[in-house]
Amino acid sequence: MNHFLIAPVVLPALVAPFIIMVVRHHLDLTRIFSLASTVALVAISMVLAAQAATGEVQVYELGNWSAPFGIVLVLDQLSAMMVLLTSVLALVINLYVIGSGWDKRGANFHSLFQFQLMGILGAFLTGDAFNLFVFFEVLLIASYGLMIHSGGTRRFQAGVQYVVYNLLGSTLFLFALGTLYSVTGTLNMADLAVRVAEIPAEDTALLRVGAVMLLLVFAIKAAVIPLHFWLPASYANAPLPIAALFAIMTKVGAYAILRMYTLVFGPDLAVTQGLAGSWLMPAALVTLMLGAIGILGSYRIGRLVAFGAITSMGTLLTAVALFTPESVAAALYYTVHSTLAAAFLFLIADLISERQGIEITAQRKMPQSGLIAALFFVGAIAMAGMPPLSGFLGKLLVLDAARGHDLVWWIWATILIGSLVMILGMARAGSLLFWKAHAIVPQDDSEHSAAGEDGSDEQVQAPSDRAAALPFVACFALLAGLVLLTLFAGPATQYAEATAAQLFAPEIYIEAVLGKVTP
Amino acid sequence: MDVLNMEFLVASAVGVLTAAGIYLILRRRTFPVILGLSLLTYGVNVFLFATGRLAVNAPPILNKYAEVTYTDPLPQALVLTAIVISFGMTAVVVMIALAAYLSARDDRIDMPDHPEDEGENA
Repeated sequence: MNHFLIAPVVLPALVAPFIIMVVRHHLDLTRIFSLASTVALVAISMVLAAQAATGEVQVYELGNWSAPFGIVLVLDQLSAMMVLLTSVLALVINLYVIGSGWDKRGANFHSLFQFQLMGILGAFLTGDAFNLFVFFEVLLIASYGLMIHSGGTRRFQAGVQYVVYNLLGSTLFLFALGTLYSVTGTLNMADLAVRVAEIPAEDTALLRVGAVMLLLVFAIKAAVIPLHFWLPASYANAPLPIAALFAIMTKVGAYAILRMYTLVFGPDLAVTQGLAGSWLMPAALVTLMLGAIGILGSYRIGRLVAFGAITSMGTLLTAVALFTPESVAAALYYTVHSTLAAAFLFLIADLISERQGIEITAQRKMPQSGLIAALFFVGAIAMAGMPPLSGFLGKLLVLDAARGHDLVWWIWATILIGSLVMILGMARAGSLLFWKAHAIVPQDDSEHSAAGEDGSDEQVQAPSDRAAALPFVACFALLAGLVLLTLFAGPATQYAEATAAQLFAPEIYIEAVLGKVTP
Repeated sequence: MDVLNMEFLVASAVGVLTAAGIYLILRRRTFPVILGLSLLTYGVNVFLFATGRLAVNAPPILNKYAEVTYTDPLPQALVLTAIVISFGMTAVVVMIALAAYLSARDDRIDMPDHPEDEGENA
């Protein structure tokens, strides 16, 4: 067995309690350990990705209990890709948080951050449905802590909504797993795939109920209409760098849909044929459109980006819902792009709200206004899917993959009109934030405001005038990621196609987990 | 005890707990919502317990020396995990709700959605 496979789970699981128990009073030490752990995670996930790229599916049996009885971790190309994406994103956000001092504004930031990583990485690696639930809970309970980091009334109120909504999702997840278990008698994903295929069609009513409930659970995680209500309020009221990390959490939902509905309830399976696709497709299209309208209507910078994240989930799930190898390859490419783009915009939103508050209104020119405006412009282009960045290529791949589908005109119209609305919304926000600021003459402003207020303004802006370089380094790192994804679109799509091919040949996965299946 | 009776009891218990839970989570104040969540988790725990089929007086252990009935041990392990997780989650939501109540002096679960109600500035 390759023990590297469990390292992405074990490493943060060890570092987090170490930080909280040993070094919590020393800010520098917590930063060093957290950063070292994240750097190590990037290195480990690169090794894992290199191993997975050979096309081999690796299995790690926990406690050496063989597959259907013990819990297994499985590394295939999809898991490796998501693990690598998560750890790179985590490294960038960790740099940003340290640079901007967000980790000083509340207790135990870095240990919660590590627990969050443990949950996300575990969810990507596990090959057991109940273990997936457990890792979901690990990542959620850490995200509850991060979401209310540094406090504030609105943040607490949004936190309550977020926790309640996700607890409901967890309960539904348990109901779904219980139903599946009562029909099949197993929760190992590979074993589930084998058992589900064996059940005669007339006995599958309960199984289909379970499959639909599971889809609902993942749709809550992925913020699909009409189960998206938790997302805008929670992401916009969370500390915005944390919201940047949360950009990967909606992808956990998309990942779980991809995994379960290619492996267990595959497209070839007669009893659940078209079940996921036919429900998911209209929901995804409405999600896309509503997200775009949400961008246009946002009056706060956090909500703007949160709706951007919803829009990208809509595009992503449209591609997933087609359930063809080409569309899944497009979805995977778009996953990487949209995660980086959403995180990038969330970081820029934090740069803006640190300087002039969270409202999208014309105010006095902020420090480093030009640089931030340029970054916002690039981020908006990436998010809306305009050339020359990878969002354009991703959307093109999705459009191309939809070509043979019955709803092709609906899909094309929704994606293109959605992009247009998105560009309008981003342009409106950008011109209000950056261009209108030039119209406000500083002297004029100080005449109107009292001297005391001016002084306090000065105080607010004092730290950002020094402009720590690290937050900008983090932003440029994400931008570099987007540019690289565009420049190396060829190899990236090849990897995505290989991954999709692997997903649509579940025999490899099942054989790796269970050994040679004896019918 | 008759197994059929027990099935009826367990099934109706799951149904009643879930129905009461859903009713309560649709309320406007956080306290009933949290109670509703607890009821829902109780309901799902009983449901999970029943997924291994109900058996009376049967140990969750295989016995190779005698022909005895046994019950499925896996749902019991699942329920144990689910109980621990839901207990922890309930504790977390109580603390966050308490913080929100103390901070806002109001325990409504919805948020005022007007920019002018904004108290603090990021």
